[in-house]
Amino acid sequence: MDSKLALVLVLAPFLGFLINVFFGKSLSKTVSGVIGTAAVVVSFVATLYFFIQLNQTHKPITIHLFEWIQLGNFNLSFGFLLDQLSLLWLMFVTGIGALIHLYSISYMHEDEKIHSFFAYLNLFVFFMITLVVGSNLLVMFIGWEGVGLCSYLLIGFWYKNQEYNDAAKKAFIMNRIGDLGLLIGIFIIGHLCSTLDYTTLQTTLASSGGLLVSKHWLAVAAFCLFIGACGKSAQIPLYTWLPDAMAGPTPVSALIHAATMVTAGIFMVTRLHFLFDLTPGVQSIIAVVGAITALVAATIGLVQNDIKKVLAYSTVSQLGLMFLALGLGAYEVAVFHVITHAFFKACLFLGSGSVIHALHGEQDMRKMGGLKKAMPITFLTMLISSLAISGIFPLSGFWSKDEILMVAFEHNKALWVIASLASIMTAFYMFRLMFLTFFKDFRGTDEQKHHLHESPSLITFPLIVLAILAFMGGALNLPGSNWLNHYLAPLLSHGEHGEHVFGTTEYMLMGVAMAGAIIGIAIAYTKYVKQRQVPEEDHNITGFTKVLYNKYYVDEAYDWLFVKPINFLSRFFRDYIETALSGFVFGLGKVTMEVGYYGRKLQNGNIGLYLFAFVIGICAIISYLFLAQ
Amino acid sequence: MDNVLNHIGIENYIFLCVILFCIGVFGVLYRRNAIIVFMSIEIMLNAVNLLFVAFSTYHQDAQGQVFVFFSMAVAAAEVAVGLAILVSIFRNLSSIDIDNLKKLKG
Repeated sequence: MDSKLALVLVLAPFLGFLINVFFGKSLSKTVSGVIGTAAVVVSFVATLYFFIQLNQTHKPITIHLFEWIQLGNFNLSFGFLLDQLSLLWLMFVTGIGALIHLYSISYMHEDEKIHSFFAYLNLFVFFMITLVVGSNLLVMFIGWEGVGLCSYLLIGFWYKNQEYNDAAKKAFIMNRIGDLGLLIGIFIIGHLCSTLDYTTLQTTLASSGGLLVSKHWLAVAAFCLFIGACGKSAQIPLYTWLPDAMAGPTPVSALIHAATMVTAGIFMVTRLHFLFDLTPGVQSIIAVVGAITALVAATIGLVQNDIKKVLAYSTVSQLGLMFLALGLGAYEVAVFHVITHAFFKACLFLGSGSVIHALHGEQDMRKMGGLKKAMPITFLTMLISSLAISGIFPLSGFWSKDEILMVAFEHNKALWVIASLASIMTAFYMFRLMFLTFFKDFRGTDEQKHHLHESPSLITFPLIVLAILAFMGGALNLPGSNWLNHYLAPLLSHGEHGEHVFGTTEYMLMGVAMAGAIIGIAIAYTKYVKQRQVPEEDHNITGFTKVLYNKYYVDEAYDWLFVKPINFLSRFFRDYIETALSGFVFGLGKVTMEVGYYGRKLQNGNIGLYLFAFVIGICAIISYLFLAQ
Repeated sequence: MDNVLNHIGIENYIFLCVILFCIGVFGVLYRRNAIIVFMSIEIMLNAVNLLFVAFSTYHQDAQGQVFVFFSMAVAAAEVAVGLAILVSIFRNLSSIDIDNLKKLKG
């Protein structure tokens, strides 16, 4: 029963994908969307069943499907592991996934390729579920690669625009770099522990305590896995693909590039927490990388003018905070922030989609403004989510971000300062976005103004649901109840950071975080509402703002450091090596052709000549034999 | 033992064979009539046969003679085939001048 239901859970989106791929063209747009949505809803219901069951029995469900690879004493089975972590992830992957599918029915209705959109989206959900429920690293890797593929397909969904194609390629290639790291990490682990199964791996590492296994190689493996996580979860130095990935349709940005796929790295690290716990060096690298990413991305986010770019950098920054928590060993805190972030960031992206929809594709915030009246629901839901992401009491972001800050404060004051700065900036740029978009006067064209309208209910419904979740999400892990910590306790057994004793330090930290957020909002308010500032046109931007606006010229630096040399190398190979090689091969062919062309003339059909040739030949052979003696 | 080679030396047989062979070669090269070319080939063949037999006797070894039998049998078969081809060529082209037979051109 369980295994069948688990198969339904995994395969329902795949079925939706197949239907939309093969019969999509003959289905009407709405039907195609409904099928896509229903497929994910089925998964969600199945997840809900397992989730409730798990909460009653507290026993993880292992489903063994078949033996996959048998090599000597290395056995790998294909199976699923439905435990606390994977079910939690499934809950929001399928839940938010279903909402975003619903949203897409209306959002993508104008698009003629809507069936392939839903096909890709369903395929993505399928791979994401595979990634999450796989019982060993290799099954996870299938999902890992699959979501990368779907991400590529969906970023380049509007493939007629070359910039979008480039963005898709960039995302894919950046991810490949990370994936290579992940794969090497998996190989090293397979070699060291002769298993890739999570549970076996955990017992192996726990029982030997790292004695049987070389610590150094374990650290190398952990580091390689972290590179994989960097690629997928957009951390320095592999983060630049994520802002460009906003080229995809907005529901894609919300689902893949904010709520689910980019959290795969965090999932993987949490899944293998026992490995990372053994390698403190790698953990501190993770923490530092996370903190720096959070800060750098937040500073870039301060001056972006594209509404989706702001959200993209905010995503990178929030992911950085999660990695900071992971690096400090506070896995449940990271997971908590993943969930709340999924709620409010999905809501923000969908809200921005609603705005873009109303403005017929305009994404530049300098040409928005005053949308509050025209789009009250979008405004309210986005406001709630912005308050949540800024960390305003008592919304969800406050609780999760606060826990990260507390953990950082306990371990390292410098990291705490960085993280706090990042969250103050978050508050600023989120409200810069809100004020520029929704307040004051409309700055677009008259025609756009005339067409301003609230989005249809299919778009606003998911917004409302997500806004409620963004509001209430903190309840998952309120200090005192700590439901999430208890829920994850069987998995993350150490529980070191589980319960905070609330003393004056904690209240002070909360106060500081809250004050920081309010200061950020206040600055944004004075700047963009009171002083009515509008960001400058591109060519007027100067000084450090210009550096920020151009994202620290990281893309240019990468271009100069990696792309140009590689292009140079490939040009060198093409122009010289390949020319030489092909010259040689073609030369051979040419010589043969020439010889054949002239040799052909000997075969002129004149029997007399043939006979003459015979005689000459025989004479030559005989003379040779005589001379050779 | 009374050997035929005691009366006429082996070198004479060799000269005869060389002359015969050369006649054959020049016949093949100079004549244009296919039948005469054919006859020339036969002369060359028989020159070699003669040489075989001569050396067979010279070495007191019957193998050479046995070989000549085979060679003659094969030559007979070849002549039969060759003449048949010539006949059919003549039927088609009304000529057996080898200069006209250029359809084998590559």
